[in-house]
Amino acid sequence: MSPPPGPQVWLAIVAAGLGTFLIRASFLFLFERMGGVPPRLERALAYVPAAVLAALVVPAIVAPDGTASVVGNDRLLAGALAALVAWRTESVLATIVVGMVALVVLGQVGVV
Amino acid sequence: MTESSRDAFLAGVRAVAPIIVGIVPFGLVAGAAAVNAGLTLLDAVGLSVVVFAGASQLAAIGLFGDGAPLALVVVTVLVINLRMVMYSASIAPELLDEPRRWRTLEAYLLTDQAYALSVTRFERDPGTNRRWFYLGAAAPLWVVWQVCTVIGAVVGARVPPWLPLDFAVPLTFLALLVPAVEGRATGIAALVGGGLATVGTSLPLEAGLMAGALAGVLAGLVAERVVGPDAVGRDGDGPGGGHA
Repeated sequence: MSPPPGPQVWLAIVAAGLGTFLIRASFLFLFERMGGVPPRLERALAYVPAAVLAALVVPAIVAPDGTASVVGNDRLLAGALAALVAWRTESVLATIVVGMVALVVLGQVGVV
Repeated sequence: MTESSRDAFLAGVRAVAPIIVGIVPFGLVAGAAAVNAGLTLLDAVGLSVVVFAGASQLAAIGLFGDGAPLALVVVTVLVINLRMVMYSASIAPELLDEPRRWRTLEAYLLTDQAYALSVTRFERDPGTNRRWFYLGAAAPLWVVWQVCTVIGAVVGARVPPWLPLDFAVPLTFLALLVPAVEGRATGIAALVGGGLATVGTSLPLEAGLMAGALAGVLAGLVAERVVGPDAVGRDGDGPGGGHA
């Protein structure tokens, strides 16, 4: 099958884009109407970075193919090494470089 | 732009520079995939500019290519991007003093990377100029994403198979996650968020990501009642801490 012709594709693009913008804008404008951020909600929001980032990272490292695997999973070892670098250096660049190099080397060597 | 706003903008640009490594292949692939799925160059660029959210764009391209109903495309994009409600709420307290037109621009540019970079920076260094650091981090992502989409759509994307460039994106988030874990309560939030998201990887529409994130936040709140809140602060937590 092929995509529908241009105008219809654009209808979907604009609807998806508008909706995505409203999602992004939601609380940037809602809190103003609420007269600030309710204190209890603000406490909860303190956990958003750790929870969301972990939910983005852990599956990509532990289950790169969709199912969790430890044995034969190069990304797990490379990710662990990168996490150590992130902790010691707090450098995004160093973390990316070490993680990528480790994964390439592990793939070449075929350790696990 | 005053001197200090320029400094903040450049600090944002410097912070985002290494992250571009992961954006380039992702953008190339998004552009190439759009054309391969039968969209025109203009469609591909339109999708990138109007939606500007990588994972949801790839999902939309796949559905377009399958000739899926347009309503399904729209719903899929929105569900995948739903996590940004949390970013919006989390960063809103920092940007509430901004005039509305600036907040409109800031909302349009809100991404995983711009959010994570800014929120960790504002926490560590409360004196940061919010608007200009955020825009310094967010705007280069937008520019690089659009350029890469066009290049990918025009020349196709050929990443050498031995180079695991797709690993750069999770590594980016890993680098931002580690300093975000400041103690036991945030640690538990991360463990629960990451664990549940992993269990839910096979769920459609990134439902595992969303469930993990929400459960992680709840777990953090419960944990702080038991172990007390983490010392939220800037003073050298961890051996690498302390540098602004």
